[in-house]
Amino acid sequence: MSFVEYGDTIKDGDTAIVFLGHESMFPVKVQQGTVTQTKYGVIRHSTDLIGKKYGSKVTCSKGGWVFILHPTPELWTMNLPHRTQILYSTDISIITMMLELKPGSIVCESGTGSGSLSHALIRTVAPTGHLYTVEFHQQRAEKAREEFREHGVEHLVTVTNQDVCKNGFGVSNIADAVFLDIPSPWEAIGHAKSALKPEGGRICSFSPCIEQVQRTCLAMEEHGFTEINTLEILLRVYNVRTISLQIPDLGKAAEDNSSAGFDSSNPSNQGSPSANLQQGTVQFKSSVPLREMVGHTGYLTFATKS
Amino acid sequence: RKIIFEKQWFYLDNAIGHIYGTTFEVTSGGNLQPKQEVEGTTTETKEAGTDNRNIVDDGKSQKLTHDDIKALKDKGIKGQEIVQQLIENSTTFRDKTEFAQDKYIKKKKKKYEAVITVVKPSTRILSTMYYAREPGKINHLRYDTLAQMLTLGNIRAGNKMIVMETCSGLVLGAVMERMGGYGSIVQMYPGGGPVRAATSCFGFPKPFFDNLHEFPLSKVDSLLSGTFSTETLPSEPDDNTLVEEESNGLTDEKQTSLQETEEESTAEAAMEINQTEEQETMDINTEDVEFKENKEKENKENVREKQRKQWERRKKLIETAALLSEKNADGLIVASKFHPTPLLLSLLEFVAPSRPFVVYCQYKEPLLECYTKLRERGGVINLKLSETWLRNYQVLPDRSHPKLTMSGGGGYLLSGITVILDKGKSDSSNFEALKMEEPSSKRCKVQDRHC
Repeated sequence: MSFVEYGDTIKDGDTAIVFLGHESMFPVKVQQGTVTQTKYGVIRHSTDLIGKKYGSKVTCSKGGWVFILHPTPELWTMNLPHRTQILYSTDISIITMMLELKPGSIVCESGTGSGSLSHALIRTVAPTGHLYTVEFHQQRAEKAREEFREHGVEHLVTVTNQDVCKNGFGVSNIADAVFLDIPSPWEAIGHAKSALKPEGGRICSFSPCIEQVQRTCLAMEEHGFTEINTLEILLRVYNVRTISLQIPDLGKAAEDNSSAGFDSSNPSNQGSPSANLQQGTVQFKSSVPLREMVGHTGYLTFATKS
Repeated sequence: RKIIFEKQWFYLDNAIGHIYGTTFEVTSGGNLQPKQEVEGTTTETKEAGTDNRNIVDDGKSQKLTHDDIKALKDKGIKGQEIVQQLIENSTTFRDKTEFAQDKYIKKKKKKYEAVITVVKPSTRILSTMYYAREPGKINHLRYDTLAQMLTLGNIRAGNKMIVMETCSGLVLGAVMERMGGYGSIVQMYPGGGPVRAATSCFGFPKPFFDNLHEFPLSKVDSLLSGTFSTETLPSEPDDNTLVEEESNGLTDEKQTSLQETEEESTAEAAMEINQTEEQETMDINTEDVEFKENKEKENKENVREKQRKQWERRKKLIETAALLSEKNADGLIVASKFHPTPLLLSLLEFVAPSRPFVVYCQYKEPLLECYTKLRERGGVINLKLSETWLRNYQVLPDRSHPKLTMSGGGGYLLSGITVILDKGKSDSSNFEALKMEEPSSKRCKVQDRHC
């Protein structure tokens, strides 16, 4: 296993994702002789995990089962230990595309935070690219380094422990893209510019507040960035459900009622055979938005240096 | 070569040798290169009103007539100067608020100062462009949705991907960009051949195509049932397959010619062309030379060429079939005009366990069905039906607000992860399967309330 390469079987030292059910999973470090407790019982790494294929169903001691999944940056994002607020895959995806990242890209990032975006960036720029990430919090920087080592991607990333607003990214003229997720990105725009290649590159700044965006845009303009564009992306997730609605009793004869039900259910619903089993109701498949959704993560401001 | 873009026509010759991102001004016919940044433009007279209570729309505020403006244009006066003239001859300009003045100038600049910027092709540029210009050709796949697909599909160097798309090759190109020439891609195509009009706009280097394979969708069933391999074993050249190949070839040619015209139109519409453009003209030139030289030999060679091509195509087909038969692909991406359910149910067979798959559909309902069918089939977890909304903002001092909301139109995604299919379930008879499924599904409900 590695975060940048698929493997077939689970090996000692791998990070694997234990999938208990929808939205319920956690990462484990696979180690000979170790056990992991789940609500379905114990998983013994040596016998239950090592040597098995990724994607296998593993039966736990209490008879319940879980799936063991190959780690990906997306699964990691959903399961990583939070040290800070993190970026989720929806924002990450648009960032990756708008920064035009691909294998071989050199990227600068600050701050590293919990490493959610970092893993996704490393995945995309591997095997020939590199990530220079700057984190001013020493403990977080250490922790990130440790994780990168464990995940087999340390050769693709350099973690620097310094203040990006004062000291920059520690590199100059080599980056294809810069990403900023710090409280005062406008103070780092100058450093971002000098980190980018002389022939140009892309920059992105993530800020939750519009005032931050405004100052950032001004700073970008002052530094000669073009194509400045601010956007926001929202994810809507739907639950797929079979809904049944009762047909109101309008006092018509029983026969009429059932035929009315038959009519109204037919065009809207071809797929489900149980539609008319219950008299007086109409069943249909629907997608229901989650009761609560993320309404705002942050504004993403993109620009080009040319 | 003449290119038309936004009611302007020009030649690209002058643009060669400049770095990407250079801005050009259009003159009569050619391109000329102005400075990157025009120094502090117009109106140093910082006179402005505070509100519009005295501004009346009498239609007479602009003292220049249509004919005057046309005359200015015909004289070939710089757009910048025309704008200046318009401002000077506007009686209400001074009474407008500073913001309104800004807006006025911007609008006029847009109309009279024709500048174009030549940029490097990328998924970002091309997908934005296609969505704006030819949404029908890419099944209204909005660029943020495409971005989601690439991320959810864990597209990266070294993967072995299966792509089924009818988005002019845009999705294929996006996947190729993310894989950077490492790993392999099998493109499943309907009809006579894969459409790659958008793919060619990326200007990928040749090696990127070395591990790009294609496989006809119409042979998937035979491949899955195992009848494919015997049919096309190289040792027994079936007449049957030969005929089929030939017909394939014919439509293939049609397809490519179609592609070419398509490419032309998009190239015109775009502007990030250069490389492909040059290549094309080169091709034509060499072809011309060949034509003159080989007029007599043409017939003989044509036949031989045809046979060679046929043989090559068959060899590639067998190779691709072998690649698929390993059933260890690292992911599946579907974005087509077809109903996604049958595609998914079949193509997922080729994907290894613990790998992501993503299906795009312009409409939600087919994905609902797909979701249900996949749950029945099993072998997948973490199914998610989603949609993204994209909101653009205008950010200016004291004038920041959302620009336009884009919802609906961007399409929907169904994504998930493959797992090893439970054999006990699929092998047992229907009755048993039902019995077995009941407790597990019940447990499922308790576990994760509606997965």
